[in-house]
Amino acid sequence: MTTATSVILDAQKISKRFGGLLALDQVTFSINAGEILGIIGPNGAGKTTMFNVVNGVYPPQEGKVIFRGEDITGLPPYDVSKRGVARTHQVVRPLGELTVRENVIAGACFGRENLSLTAAGRVADEVIDFVGLSPRKELLASKLNVAQKKRLEMARALAAHPILLLLDEVLAGLNPNEVADMLSVVRKIREQGVTILMIEHLMHAVMNISDRIVVLDYGKKIAEGTPQQVSNNPKVIEAYLGDPKVAQRFLEGAR
Amino acid sequence: MKNLLNPFLWIILVVVVAIAAVPIVTGDASLRETLFLILMLVVLASSVNIITGYTGYVSFGNVVFFGLGGYFAFYLMQNYQAHFAFAALIGGIGATLVAVLIGVPVLRLRGAYFALATIGINEAMRTFVNSFEPFGGSVGMFFNYEVYNAYGGAKNALWLAYDGIVVVALVTIVASFLIKKSKFGLGLMAIREDQDAAQVIGINPVRSKVIAYAFSAFFPALAGALFFFKNGIIEPNVAFDLLRSIEALVMVMLGGYGTVVGPVVGALVYERLSTLLIIAPPLNLFGMSLGFSQLHLAIAGLLLLIIVLFVTAGFVGWLRQQFPRVRRYLE
Repeated sequence: MTTATSVILDAQKISKRFGGLLALDQVTFSINAGEILGIIGPNGAGKTTMFNVVNGVYPPQEGKVIFRGEDITGLPPYDVSKRGVARTHQVVRPLGELTVRENVIAGACFGRENLSLTAAGRVADEVIDFVGLSPRKELLASKLNVAQKKRLEMARALAAHPILLLLDEVLAGLNPNEVADMLSVVRKIREQGVTILMIEHLMHAVMNISDRIVVLDYGKKIAEGTPQQVSNNPKVIEAYLGDPKVAQRFLEGAR
Repeated sequence: MKNLLNPFLWIILVVVVAIAAVPIVTGDASLRETLFLILMLVVLASSVNIITGYTGYVSFGNVVFFGLGGYFAFYLMQNYQAHFAFAALIGGIGATLVAVLIGVPVLRLRGAYFALATIGINEAMRTFVNSFEPFGGSVGMFFNYEVYNAYGGAKNALWLAYDGIVVVALVTIVASFLIKKSKFGLGLMAIREDQDAAQVIGINPVRSKVIAYAFSAFFPALAGALFFFKNGIIEPNVAFDLLRSIEALVMVMLGGYGTVVGPVVGALVYERLSTLLIIAPPLNLFGMSLGFSQLHLAIAGLLLLIIVLFVTAGFVGWLRQQFPRVRRYLE
């Protein structure tokens, strides 16, 4: 990375404890403007907890979250959202008894731009079109299938015109065609200048799309770097993958 | 405010006005009393629908605001000869302030805890007023007839109270509609569907819920003020009657929670049904005389059970589900 790039998000020595469990242990990382940063790690490594700390769902016990130069540590989620951070959830959370369009309007009008309902309606129509849900616009969100619900999550987050987008396993549970579609959507979002932090289990996908990768294991950051660097890191292969055969596949995925 | 031009809203308003005007034109005092009650129930049901139907927070004890509005207004009318409309307004504002004070801590509770807390608040308020001497304690307060002289006698005052409830009912329906169609209303419904997701989108849930609760307190307080002005007497057990708020919830469920017209239809149907049952001749079963008048609450309970089990969305909600095309028109 060159020195000219500006830091969008700077997480400094974040620690989060749940009772006796140390979910995050002094984790530090930062994202530059326009970058896609992947967070990987085995189940229970603290990835989603990291998201929850960044967007204010949990305050951390230690450490600071700096967003565009401002300390947002401990701010409630709705204040973080107003500053331009949007996220999707690993387990989709559609507003079931509202239509697809109303869901996305809600994303547009309460987010960073604080739009009126009319203006939010226009943004929603664009975004729904962008993620390919136009034919289902007037359907209740609860009637969508999983892949469509994931798109809806994405649309709702995008409608806020975020500066930083947190994507929590948007590819999980999708079939290969749907994964390819979703990846092209993610790329297009990046082309629009949105900085993306994504948690992903699907190795070949995350290796392909990320500029850099952070690896968490048991709440600690064990590696950071380009996909190549990370996949060649013996610590990652040993601690994260264990099985050499899987490691081989992992390496292949990176190419 | 293009929402105010919505034909759907005008259809409801015209229908309500047309029905409400009948006793004014014919001078039928008995019909006036029936319609007063129905319009009052429309206000109670539509108001509790804002916090319960739109926001998803079941307020069992919402009658507390009806009682408080009644007491505040009654106190002003009796002790300071305040005009009833002015007293009602002050009663409404007073109850709203109480709602905000209660709401800030209590609306942090979710689900069943909030519902239980609202019952507790109503019971606590009743007990408090029972021993609060300025409000007459357990005996309550009653007007001497001179209070009505300012309005041209008791008979005239009853008509004025009726005009008042018509206006309050219309305002409540308009407010309920505008809230539903507003950005604020969308926020409430987002909270109902998933409060955590709503926060992440950028909605401050406590603030939105407190404002919704304030709305659901204001209109019942106005209705309470008019109701007790008309009655000329107010006592704690009538003002803070928990049954009244449970009935309001039944009306909301019957008509369709979260819709604008549902509580209106629910209030009308429920009131007609319970009156029918009360005046129905007793049934002779195996030599026992079984009066429906004692049974009307049991039947209300049964009705609620049937709705909750089979038609969760209520009548209007069911129509909206069956005929997606009417969604746009039937709010």
